[in-house]
Amino acid sequence: MTTLSAPLRVGPASWLVPLRAGLVTVASVVLLVFLAVLDLAFGDFEMPLGTVVQTLLGGGDPASAFIVHGLRLPQTTVALLTGAALGLAGALTQTFARNPLASPDILGVTDGAAVGAVSVIVLSGATGYGGGLVSGTLQSVGLPLAAFAGGLLTATALYILSWRRGIDGQRLVLVGIGIGAALMAMVSWLLVEARIQDAASAQVWLTGSLSARGWDHARPLLLALVLLVPLALLLVRHLNALQLGDDNARGLGTRLQTTQLLTLVAAVGLTSVAVSAVGPLEFVAFVVPQVALRLTGGSRPPLLASMTCGACLVVGADLLTRVVIPFAVPAGLVTAAVGAPYLIWLLLRSNRKVTA
Amino acid sequence: MTSRLHAQDVTVGYGGAPVVHDLTVEIPDGQVTTIVGPNGCGKSTLLRTLARLLAPTSGRVVLDGTPITSLGTRDIATRLSLLPQSPVAPEGLLVRDLVGRGRHPHQRWFAQWSHQDEEVVEAALAMTDTTDLRDRPLDQLSGGQRQRAWIAMTLAQDTDLMLLDEPTTYLDLAHQVEVLELVCRLNRERSRTVAMVLHDLNLAARYSDLVVVMHEGRIVTQGTPADVFTAGLILDVFSLEAEILEDPRTGLPIVVPLSSSANPVAAVVSTSALAG
Repeated sequence: MTTLSAPLRVGPASWLVPLRAGLVTVASVVLLVFLAVLDLAFGDFEMPLGTVVQTLLGGGDPASAFIVHGLRLPQTTVALLTGAALGLAGALTQTFARNPLASPDILGVTDGAAVGAVSVIVLSGATGYGGGLVSGTLQSVGLPLAAFAGGLLTATALYILSWRRGIDGQRLVLVGIGIGAALMAMVSWLLVEARIQDAASAQVWLTGSLSARGWDHARPLLLALVLLVPLALLLVRHLNALQLGDDNARGLGTRLQTTQLLTLVAAVGLTSVAVSAVGPLEFVAFVVPQVALRLTGGSRPPLLASMTCGACLVVGADLLTRVVIPFAVPAGLVTAAVGAPYLIWLLLRSNRKVTA
Repeated sequence: MTSRLHAQDVTVGYGGAPVVHDLTVEIPDGQVTTIVGPNGCGKSTLLRTLARLLAPTSGRVVLDGTPITSLGTRDIATRLSLLPQSPVAPEGLLVRDLVGRGRHPHQRWFAQWSHQDEEVVEAALAMTDTTDLRDRPLDQLSGGQRQRAWIAMTLAQDTDLMLLDEPTTYLDLAHQVEVLELVCRLNRERSRTVAMVLHDLNLAARYSDLVVVMHEGRIVTQGTPADVFTAGLILDVFSLEAEILEDPRTGLPIVVPLSSSANPVAAVVSTSALAG
């Protein structure tokens, strides 16, 4: 399993481009475009693919334009951005902790964001009959902020509780699972305390639903990606050093604490904003980076390929829930159905490796 | 004797009782210095302190005349490299990627694989005889090959000072010798200054210019292997009765442990094995 790479040099600038990872990224982008067009074409009213492409490029009749631009494009965009954000967040935390189990959903960061978001839904008093949504300013500012605060608080608690002269991946995962359980109990308590309409809204939101997502949901996601993707790409070099252990990373001149902190902030930011938009989409951040790793064949989850593969998975799940499955199932159930068996397989496999 | 790296009156601990007490040591330039001593004597702690991985509670480490705490970590990494004890690499990491990571302190986000990076990595692979292993994952190599690859990474960092923390741990005798021969070649052919921690006194005697003996966080004595290794010292530091023989080929001391029921046959066998 050789990963070939080619040097890319322009003047004083130079990079080493891993060819297989590049190929996987390009291929998944092609797949993503295909899935996105299908996602736009299918629904209650089916459109020929040609019309969809034509409409996207600015043509098409007003009816098609309304369906594509007004109804479906926002939702597909949210699916795409969510998948990319969660894929990248998972790749960052798994590399940071040197442990495939250390994804935001397993570590409880997702649950922390959920507590923040559910608090807003339940405590704001807004009755969200629109499929578990609050609306307006509260939606585009309040929910993301609350989710981000929840995620960040959880990550801070996680960092402090698992700190023992450095961060050990195994310990981080164990503490994270504990924190996650406590937070889920908190969500349950909020639901019990809530008015019945709010509880129903929150419940739909908690399953991870993509239905009826608009530009209000897409904007914070886009902003988070625009800010945090460049940060993540700057961190790549240091993450590579970090992979060799704390002593090696410091010996190679990496500022260990700064790198760990920035990685965590980026991952928490991406996760929280994604969770605030669509709810906790189960297992995306956990499964996608590991699948991307197996496709690219490197030594750590690839950041870019994790983003594109994550986008493919969530857009695919959206397509599946709206088209193939006859009644509207939240996309979170689909990603969970894919993710849970994978988790079991991963646990069995690592267990076997230890005992072998 | 000049020294770019030295510790002045350092006391180091992990929160509890100090492990290294008020210790002063100079790492002489262009030489191989080996720190020996019984388990828990503070050898690794001293080496990690010299490499700025541990901060002394008092005293200071000085690199090129400047206290190491006032130098940037990346600046230090271009002058001093460290191979930690039993380093771990992620599954699937290829040898050439590992060695390439040694270039980290010389790179920027926009300059990650310059011609110079490539040349230094090639040279490091060649020097450590790992060129043929470059496309293989580290986890599929033998212990000796893996350790050579790690040394290649340290070498790619391209620093005059190299600190190695027990580079022969978990290796069989042949691989231990192979690694230490490599260390000596780096010292002689590339004029690298090496400071390392070793457990095996006979290997320390054979491959060091200077031996520093530590006991309970302090330096007991230091000097050439022939001056340092005496039966009295071994008894004092390791609480072990030993006889010091002279290697007929190199003239270097050989430490032969004596059991309480002194068995001359065992002593002869271990001597011939070591000399051979």
